Amino acid sequence: MLKARLTPLKRALLLAAFGVLLLFVSNHVDELRSYQGAQAAIYVIAISSIIVLTGFSGQISLGHGAVMAIGGYASALAFTLWNFPWEFALIFGTVVGTIFGCVLGIASARLQGPYLAGTTLALAVGLPSLANQFKVLGGEQGIEFDIGDAPAWLRQVVGGDFTQYKWFFWLTTCVVIVVFWTITNLLQSNVGRTWRAARNHPVAAGLAGINVSRTKILAFTVSSSLASLAGGLFAVILGLVTPAAFPLSLSFLLVTGAVIAGVGNLAGSILGSLVLVSIPELSGTLATHLGNSQKVTANLPGLVASLLLIIVVIFAPNGLRPTAAWKAFRQFNDSTI
Amino acid sequence: MTQGLVVKDLSISHGAVSAIHNLSFEIAPGELVALIGSNGAGKTTLLRALSGLIAPQSGTATWHGTSIVKSKPEDLVRAGIVHVSEGKSVIPELTVRENLAIGGLWRRDKEDVLRATNESLKLFPVLNERLSQRADSLSGGERQMLAIARALISRPELLLLDEPSLGLAPLIVEQIFESLNTLRTDVGMTILLVEQNAMGALKIADRGLILNLGTLVGSGAATDLLHDPQLRSAYLGF
Amino acid sequence: MIFNTLLIGASSGAIYSLMALALVLVWRSTRVVNFAQAGQAALSTYIGYEIMGRTHNYWLSVPVAICFGALLAAGVDVLLMRVLARRAQQGPIAEIAPVITTLGLLGLIHSLIGLIWGNAFVQYTSPLSGKGFTIGAQVIPFSPQNLLIVLAAIGVMATFAAIFTFTDLGLSLRAASFQPEIARLAGIRVDRVRTIGWAFAGATGAVAGVVITPTAYLSPNSLDLLLVSGFVAAVIGGLESLIGAVVGGLVLGIGFAFILQYIGSSVTFLAGFIILMVVQLVRPHGFFGHKTSRHA
Repeated sequence: MLKARLTPLKRALLLAAFGVLLLFVSNHVDELRSYQGAQAAIYVIAISSIIVLTGFSGQISLGHGAVMAIGGYASALAFTLWNFPWEFALIFGTVVGTIFGCVLGIASARLQGPYLAGTTLALAVGLPSLANQFKVLGGEQGIEFDIGDAPAWLRQVVGGDFTQYKWFFWLTTCVVIVVFWTITNLLQSNVGRTWRAARNHPVAAGLAGINVSRTKILAFTVSSSLASLAGGLFAVILGLVTPAAFPLSLSFLLVTGAVIAGVGNLAGSILGSLVLVSIPELSGTLATHLGNSQKVTANLPGLVASLLLIIVVIFAPNGLRPTAAWKAFRQFNDSTI
Repeated sequence: MTQGLVVKDLSISHGAVSAIHNLSFEIAPGELVALIGSNGAGKTTLLRALSGLIAPQSGTATWHGTSIVKSKPEDLVRAGIVHVSEGKSVIPELTVRENLAIGGLWRRDKEDVLRATNESLKLFPVLNERLSQRADSLSGGERQMLAIARALISRPELLLLDEPSLGLAPLIVEQIFESLNTLRTDVGMTILLVEQNAMGALKIADRGLILNLGTLVGSGAATDLLHDPQLRSAYLGF
Repeated sequence: MIFNTLLIGASSGAIYSLMALALVLVWRSTRVVNFAQAGQAALSTYIGYEIMGRTHNYWLSVPVAICFGALLAAGVDVLLMRVLARRAQQGPIAEIAPVITTLGLLGLIHSLIGLIWGNAFVQYTSPLSGKGFTIGAQVIPFSPQNLLIVLAAIGVMATFAAIFTFTDLGLSLRAASFQPEIARLAGIRVDRVRTIGWAFAGATGAVAGVVITPTAYLSPNSLDLLLVSGFVAAVIGGLESLIGAVVGGLVLGIGFAFILQYIGSSVTFLAGFIILMVVQLVRPHGFFGHKTSRHA
């Protein structure tokens, strides 16, 4: 049954309209929610990177936190040390991350399952320590990345008090929209079909002339682009990059979000990121019932996230069940891998 | 009949495909029954269900009156049912001696394990020379002998054999069938012998069952099956 | 100079070997790389630390920690891994669902430790001195605690070698890990044997934790880096081989010691990563592995 598909152009126009609407909405959201919204948007991009990698090419990465770090550090360096404008700094960070992902993908193309998992884990555990090795990376204090307030013209259009956090919220959400549009088009193109074939039936695909290794490397590269972009944006909203911002638990969190989302569908990344952002909130409420000790507040979020991951992997490995409204949204996005 | 193997209306499917369909037959204690059929007839599926590796969708199977479906293979071995599976029944990374030893690990009576091991080695003397060698250095025929030798150390009451002659030279096949015959006459073991080599199997069997596409299409005394020209040409191919 | 470096390498290599052994033990019996090993070992070590705090008896805390490690691992296998295996898995993450599960378990244990003991570094003191032995006028960088580490590693390896070679249990373990279906058909209780394999691995991890921790500090994450090193060592040896795990650990330990001595400390991670990549590209089965498929 053929569904009427939105052409890329139609989809772009719809999304652009949504973006403008969002601009005005964001002005009326409070500071905390704005920041959380920005966080959620970044998680969406980061989780999408895992979905693209795992859903596409069946490869697992436990080290995408490290890729985010590369994006974040590269952007911060470009901005603070070499005086790039912040937009170009972000692009630079993404490019660096993409190149890194390509190299990593080439090195990992022949690794399977646990070997790939262990190798990427080694990356996640060890990469942040490099910040202490090279002085230019700022050590434990890190590097600043303060992009300042929204441009003046924008503030005039929106009116009211368009604070920095609201600006971050709108900026990150716009990036998410652009990312979704790009990846969805990619998935529906010949490239996407090739990737699906290579993932589901590697032997047959190989016989049909598809270079499975190259497919995997491409998936790793695209995935790393997304992750490093997310890392750059993360540095933006944090205002700086430090090794502590990209711990091992971040890589785990991304995998958790992707599993909750169901790695087969890009739109699920929204659900996954909403869950991830709400975990600290949930844990906070829980913590007040358990007595607000330092031990509890520091560790309860991790406990909840880990439990969630285990339960979802065992009982709902394809992600949480969508409701009817969710199904409708997925159809609109039409980005099933 | 409450003794022996009683299979009633057994149905097994792999996903949507039905492999065995409403199969019913009986094997009396001490009988050697040959189950004949071509590829895809469902013979291996049947044995795997009888030994607990897979569960049937419906139907029953009992051994001496006790149900054996949906049991674990390890438990059925302790109940006296041993399955020598097709092709891959020895552990290649272990030595011959170790492969034999595995058959007796579950048993408490270690003296009898020793006795059984010696009996097995008498039945298949070639294994004596290879005790310290890894099983993957053995020829196909020797591996099959090793598999049967190991199965015997568990002192089975019901022995399920899946195509022991597959891919083996005729001389070796003869040797193995002779050994099976000895087991039947000397020890009174009940044997369900699944084979594509119909003639060789029926020569040593008491009765034969003919399976085609998951259903029983013929049965009778082995000698009758061997000598009935219609049955032979229709199902046995000779 | 070289002798000193070798000594340092031997001591750290012994720990890597232990971690690698724990990983290989579980891999061979269940085809799962247990990333939660770091957490299990850490939790066991904290139990030892607790006992140490109450009784001030290191030699009591060690066996308690080891037993706990074994029981914890057995519990993980029975309550978590068996449940996972029973669920029919389909979809893109079917192959890696076990890996993700152990990851979740790692995070869970980290948080649990933090909830009970807090995240601060603590000291797990041992009666053995951390100062090097004096030979003549020289003080060598090898202390009584280092000696304990090496002896513990040798002890564990010898015990396993004996169990695997000479006992019925060892034969069952090997049969079940090579060909679980054939083992079942021979009457071996494969599930039970598998749990025992996990228990061995848990005990091994606990040993590693209680002997290495007195030389540094204890925190929920302190054994994570060790896990990665253990993994690299296991890959060098080939995940299939116990001997390979031991040799891999020694090679890695000595290699790191030399890099530390002649290059610098922060490069060790990079060196480990490079070693990992090179081994997987040059000898994917490791230097002791059989040519079995690496597709889990």
